[in-house]
Amino acid sequence: MRLPGWLLKGIAPMLLDPKGGVLVQGITGREASRMVEDSLAYGSNIVAGVTPGRGGQQVHGIPVYDTVTAAVEKHRPTISVVSVPPPAVLDAALESFSAGMQLCLIMTERVPQLDTSKLQVAARRVGCTVIGPNSLGLIRPGIAKLGTIGGRVDNVRRSFMPGRVAVLSRSGGMTSEIASYLTNRGIGQSIAIGVGGDAIVGSNFTELIELLEDDSATDAVVIYGEPGGAAEEQLAARLKRKPSRLQITAFLSGRFVDDLEGVRFGHAGVIVEGGRGSVRGKVKALREAGVFVAETFEDLLEGLNRDA
Amino acid sequence: MRLLEHQSKKLLSNFGLAFTESTPIDSMSGVRGTVERVGLPCVLKAQTPFGGRGNVGAVRFAESVDQAVIAAETLFGMDLRGTTVEVISIEPRLNYECEFYVGMTWDTVAKLPVALLSLAGGVDVEAAQSDQVAREPFGPWTGLAPYKAREMTAKVGLRGKTLVGIGEVLAKLSEAFLACDAVTMEINPLVITEDETLIGLDARIEVEDEAVYRQRERLKPLGELTMTAAGRPPTPLELEAQRIDAIDHRGVAGRVVEFDGDLALLIGGGGASLTVFDAIKAHGGSPANYCEVGGNPTEEKVAAITSLLLSKPGVRGMVVIMNVVNNTRADVIARGVLMGVETAGRKPSETISLFRVPGNWEAEAREIMEAAGVQVYGREVSLDAAARLAVERNRTHAA
Repeated sequence: MRLPGWLLKGIAPMLLDPKGGVLVQGITGREASRMVEDSLAYGSNIVAGVTPGRGGQQVHGIPVYDTVTAAVEKHRPTISVVSVPPPAVLDAALESFSAGMQLCLIMTERVPQLDTSKLQVAARRVGCTVIGPNSLGLIRPGIAKLGTIGGRVDNVRRSFMPGRVAVLSRSGGMTSEIASYLTNRGIGQSIAIGVGGDAIVGSNFTELIELLEDDSATDAVVIYGEPGGAAEEQLAARLKRKPSRLQITAFLSGRFVDDLEGVRFGHAGVIVEGGRGSVRGKVKALREAGVFVAETFEDLLEGLNRDA
Repeated sequence: MRLLEHQSKKLLSNFGLAFTESTPIDSMSGVRGTVERVGLPCVLKAQTPFGGRGNVGAVRFAESVDQAVIAAETLFGMDLRGTTVEVISIEPRLNYECEFYVGMTWDTVAKLPVALLSLAGGVDVEAAQSDQVAREPFGPWTGLAPYKAREMTAKVGLRGKTLVGIGEVLAKLSEAFLACDAVTMEINPLVITEDETLIGLDARIEVEDEAVYRQRERLKPLGELTMTAAGRPPTPLELEAQRIDAIDHRGVAGRVVEFDGDLALLIGGGGASLTVFDAIKAHGGSPANYCEVGGNPTEEKVAAITSLLLSKPGVRGMVVIMNVVNNTRADVIARGVLMGVETAGRKPSETISLFRVPGNWEAEAREIMEAAGVQVYGREVSLDAAARLAVERNRTHAA
């Protein structure tokens, strides 16, 4: 498909180069197959799929191969979407790295943390960007999408529209909800990414914002955060050290979780996370770093309309 | 999955780590015999999947068999955070010179496992000064190299045999951490006895739930294991919700946490559930429960969870709010909700304060709900605004 050149400058080769082809690992699975249908309808350039033992078949007209190497020789994809069962994710990701993929988006849920850590170490070595696991996908509105983000194509078109605000979310559903809220109020998105719901994911807010700082199509970012982990605190620390050219607005849910009685198990978590993890703490850290933290959805607009 | 102390010690022994031997017993009849075999003085400990046992009297010392019997009687049946103590352990009480803390966990920012060593073992770990603590991330493929482990011990000022010994413990523990798919692994305290032996008095392991499927062989010899939630034990309503969620594999209609309020929440997916719960509270509402619905659950599951949530005494009504759904079908949710309201013997128009599930199949959902007299909103009403309207409407419903 033809694409406006300004949208492709800078960041595009990394996060979604629509000229580069997309490979789907586990393409014959039920969810993957539906995802392929919706993504093709939206204009994504899916060129091949892989399911070991199912080479020679087709899924919605896309040829299936037994190995990534075979698919790459023929179609030269640069992006891989992984939708295989949890025990097969590490191997599938390593296969895509060894075949030279630049971006690997992992949709699979319930991947053991150790496997995520291992594949992340391998990805760094070859310079591949990993999104997920447990990511609903990413979309460049009006261009292409990867993963099930937005669902069916009519729903995708209602939720997302092209523009200059990036949406980064730890919840898949909230990615569409926030984009839809912005779209309804005439604010388009340059990209929306479900970063993945797990404690350890390939790319945190900080790493993605550092990529977006080089994206000429993006002026502002909305992040959606949740209790647990330290991704929000990590971003706050980076912004304090080095302010961003992007205007950043945050919305965090799960304030009530701070008040629930948790039962601690050992000291290691406390030592490593320090005071991090609570929504209250995240809000404080982000505000101190100059991020506008919205109390309600309506406040998002105030955040986006403020003078940078 | 959290292992009990005696299970953790047994598992770590396979990796060449030494512990005081904990003998688990589950009834008073085993106390005398065990104490005579273990020897005096001894320590009796409640076997619970929670930390901080010392502070709540769940660890007791005995100088005589009679003292041990009294201690055991106190421990059995003790209520610890809503859980009754059913198993206790008995082990010899050692004299020791100094105690250390050794632990492993995940650093989610570095995306790596991290090893920890503290000179302040026991209960004061978190209060330790920074020069008393060493912290070292290590590779998930390789483990903690022995020389890195020795660097950690040197950093906190240890020398001689202790430096070498604790270095070995750290390296072995890192091997165990990776092999067992652990999220937390601790030896605390690790002590040096009068005869200069390095031995662990207590151990703690949590295995990642998502990885239990490949740890079954390793966990089998440890006896009965129970999945443990991080909070208080589940209520009957929460257990019933778990049962409903497990009816089939399609989607989630469960993950219920019970609260004291009068407004039942059928909300989803995960992030939106957190958002709506916050918003209901911020607008002065009083949720009867938290829940997560998503991933396109079946009508039957939605119906069962709906009638369960409405069965809670004091619940006036219910609100159904989800984010713009990508995969879940709004019409399936609508049909399931109506079926559940009927099972609960209520009228939809007087029970459901509003229905806001935009996205996939929303037109069909709107038709179904409006036919039943329920107020329907689309994506133009934000999650926050929908929560506010729900709180206002629920006030008019009869309890």
